Amino acid sequence: MGLAKRRFDALIIGAGGAGLNAAIQLAGREARVAVVSKVFPTRSHTVAAQGGVNAALANVLPDNWHWHMFDTVKGSDYLGDQDAIEYMCREAIPTVYELEHNGVPFSRLDNGKIYQRAFGGQSQNFGGAQAARTCAAADRTGHAILHTLYQQNLRARTHFFDEYFAIDLIRDDDGAILGALVLEIETGEPLLIEAKATVLATGGCGQAFRTTSNAHINTGDGMAMALRAGVPLMDMEFYQFHPTGIAGKGMLITEGVRGEGGYLVNKDGERFMERYAPNAKDLASRDVVSRAIVTEVKEGRGCGPNGEHVLLKLDHLGEEIINKRLPGIRETGKIFAGVDAVREPLPVFPTAHYAMGGIPTDRFGRVLAPIGTGEEVVPGLYAAGECACVSVHGANRLGGNSLLDILVFGRAAGLDLMQHMESNHRPMSEAAVDKAMSRLERWDRKGDGISVRELRDEFRKCMEDHAGVFRTEEIMDEGVARLKALRDQLDDVRLQDHSRVFNTARIEALELENIMACGMAIAVSALHRRESRGAHSRPDYPSRDDANWMKHSLYLLDGDRAEYKPVQTRPLSVETFPPKERVY
Amino acid sequence: MKFAVSRFNPDTDSKPHMQTFEVAVERGMMLRDALLEIQRQDESFAFRHSCGEGVCGSDGMNVNGTNRLACITAVSDLKEPVEVRPFPGRPIIRDLVVDMSQFYQQYKAVEPWLVREDPMPEQEILQSPADRDKLDGLYECILCGCCSTACPSFWWNPDKFHGPQALLTAWRFLADSRDQATEHRLNELEGPYKLFRCHTIMNCVEVCPKGLNPTQAIGHIKHLMLRQGV
Repeated sequence: MGLAKRRFDALIIGAGGAGLNAAIQLAGREARVAVVSKVFPTRSHTVAAQGGVNAALANVLPDNWHWHMFDTVKGSDYLGDQDAIEYMCREAIPTVYELEHNGVPFSRLDNGKIYQRAFGGQSQNFGGAQAARTCAAADRTGHAILHTLYQQNLRARTHFFDEYFAIDLIRDDDGAILGALVLEIETGEPLLIEAKATVLATGGCGQAFRTTSNAHINTGDGMAMALRAGVPLMDMEFYQFHPTGIAGKGMLITEGVRGEGGYLVNKDGERFMERYAPNAKDLASRDVVSRAIVTEVKEGRGCGPNGEHVLLKLDHLGEEIINKRLPGIRETGKIFAGVDAVREPLPVFPTAHYAMGGIPTDRFGRVLAPIGTGEEVVPGLYAAGECACVSVHGANRLGGNSLLDILVFGRAAGLDLMQHMESNHRPMSEAAVDKAMSRLERWDRKGDGISVRELRDEFRKCMEDHAGVFRTEEIMDEGVARLKALRDQLDDVRLQDHSRVFNTARIEALELENIMACGMAIAVSALHRRESRGAHSRPDYPSRDDANWMKHSLYLLDGDRAEYKPVQTRPLSVETFPPKERVY
Repeated sequence: MKFAVSRFNPDTDSKPHMQTFEVAVERGMMLRDALLEIQRQDESFAFRHSCGEGVCGSDGMNVNGTNRLACITAVSDLKEPVEVRPFPGRPIIRDLVVDMSQFYQQYKAVEPWLVREDPMPEQEILQSPADRDKLDGLYECILCGCCSTACPSFWWNPDKFHGPQALLTAWRFLADSRDQATEHRLNELEGPYKLFRCHTIMNCVEVCPKGLNPTQAIGHIKHLMLRQGV
C-alpha cells in the first residue's frame, strides 16, 4: 500500500498562538492551508500563559514603543537583535488591538480601555519609573487569546489536522523544504503533506527538564526537526527558569502576582529582593529573581521543613483583588500547594520555563542556515513562536514578551509566505521521504530493551542537575558527557506496544528523541559560553564579556558543533542601544 | 491504592473491560500522576493529557461515576478502588480515549466567534468593567467536555442538541457587549432541539471542573429569546 499524500499551498505545524496567528493571515485568500497539531488546538500550551501580553498602549501610565524596546534590549542583556526588537515593539500596539477586535475578553479599566498591569523589567523613559505595559485578561490571558484565535480560524474555515504528529520535514537535495511526514495518531497511519511553504510553530522544549512549568507536549519537536534537516539552533544555552513555580511541582505562578503587589520572603520573613535589586525589587528581571531565590535557599534561608523554597506573599492584596485579578492563581495554589493565597503565602522555587533560543529566523519568520561564512534563507521554511529565535529575547526574556513574540512573528510568517503561493510545488524527494519513514519504522523493532520512560526520566534529571540556574565548567563537562551517554542508549530503547490505534507509547518514543536533541543543544551551547549573561550564569565566569561573547551561538547536530554569528545591533529606524551594565 | 481502569484495544477487544492496577500513592498525588504510574507498568494504556494544571482540558474522564479532569483530582479524595472509565456516551477509540468530534461539531455550530458589523475603531472597542464582568463564568471554558458528556439530553441527541458546552459558548457571545449578531444567534437556536432539549437536570453544573454554570447560561438565552420576542 502506497503512502497517503495530501497537497497544500502552506503547511503550519503547531496550533498555538504562533501557528494560529500565521494561519489567520491566509484566511480569505485563495491559499490552501493545513494546520497540523498533535493535540486539539485549544490544548496547545499557549493556553497556560497567565499574566499577559506587552504593548505600549499607555492606558494606565505613560508609555511608548521606544521605551518598550529599550527594556527588551536591556532585558536581553544586549544579546537580542535590535532590528527585530524594534519591529516587535512597534507591532505590539496594532497586534493587541487586532486581538481585541477578534474578541479577546481583556480585563477593562473604568474608561473602557484594556487593563494593563506592571510586570518585571518594565520602565518609563528608558530605565525610569515602573511602567504598566502588560495587557491582561485576568490571569488567563493565554487561554483567552488561544481560544479567540482558534475561533477566528473556525470562522475562516482553516483546514485542521487535529491529533496528527509531525515526524520530520522533507528536504530535497537543494536544501529546500517540501513539506512534512506526519502521523495520524488515531489510526497510526503516516501521511505525507506536500507544501510550497512550511511553518514550524511547535513551541518550547521544557520537557527536557525534570521540574518545569511546561506541558507534557512541550518536547521541542520543531526544534529537533530543524536540527535533523541541517538547520542549527541558536542561543540554546539561554533557558529561562521562571522564579515562581510551585515548589517541588513546577506549576507556574504568574509574575502578575508580583505585578499586583505580591512579594517574596525568606525564612526570616525578609523581603530579600531588596538586597539583590534595590530599585526594581520583586519586579527585577526573571533571571535576577531566580538567581536570588536559589542563592537564598543555598545559603540556608529557605523555608519549609527542608529549607527548599521561599514564600510568595500576596494575602495583603485582599480577597477582592485576588479574585478579580488572580483567580486562577488562587485555584492553582489550593489544588497543588494546599494553600489558599488569600490567607497564606505560596511556597515557590524556580521552574524550567522558556527557551529564549531556537530555530534562527529573520524578522519575516524565514529560517536561516549558515552557508560558508554567511547565512541564507532555507527555501520554503519558516519558524515562529517559542521554537524560533528571531532573536528578540536574547539572553533573557521579559515577562509578557512571549505572547507578543508568538503573535507578531506568527503573523509576519503568515504574511511573508503569501509570496510563495503563486509558485509551483517542487518535485518530491523520495529519498527524503524514505528517511523520514525510517524514523517512524525504527520503533517497530521488537525485543527487550530500555523503556522510553526510564531513559526520559534519567535524561531530564541529568539536565536539571547539570544545566540549571548556576553552571560551572566542572558540572557542565560532566553533564554533557552523561547526556551523550544517555543519547547513545536511545538505540537500545524498545517499545513493547506495537499496536497502531492511538499508541501514545510510540508518540512518546518519537518525542524522546526530540527532547534529547534539544537538551544536548542547551548543554553543549552552555558549556562553550564562558561568560555570565542573562539566564546563563557561570559562577566561574561571573561577568558579562562583551568583547568576546556578544555573539549568538549556533548548535549543529552534526558532531555537536558550536558556531557563532554576530548580534544585529542596528535597529530599523532609531539609534542603537549600546551595551551597558544591567542593574535593576 | 487500587485503580480499576477501562481497557479497550480495537484490534483485539470486542468490548471494553476493567483492569486493576496497584499504585503506591504519594502525598499530593493527582489522578493523572496515578495514571502515568499505571502507564509505567503497562505502556499500552492510553489516555490524553497535557498541561497537568487544569487549563488545557485534555484529560477529562469518568472517575467513580463522575466526569472530572484527572490532573486536578487528588487521589486522596477518591473512594477505593478507584474506577476510571472513558466519558460516557462517546465512541471509544482506545482505553480512556474517546471520539469527541460530535462535541466539537456542536461547538462550531454556535458560530463561536465575535461578530462586529460596525467598522473597527483604530484602538480597542470600548467595554465597561461592568459589561466585561458579564463574561466572567463564561469565557473560562476549556472545552474539556465533562459537562456535555454528563448530560442525558446530549446522550440521546448528540447530533441535534447543542449540549451544555456549546450553549455556554453561545451565551458567552450573546452576553458580550461588543458582539452584534444577537438576532442571528437567537434565530439559529430556535426549534425543539438545539437549545430546548435542556431539561435542567444540571449534571453539567455539578461536574464542571472550572465551576461554570451552563444551565444558568441556557436560562439566560431562553429569557433573552422571550424578551426579544423571537
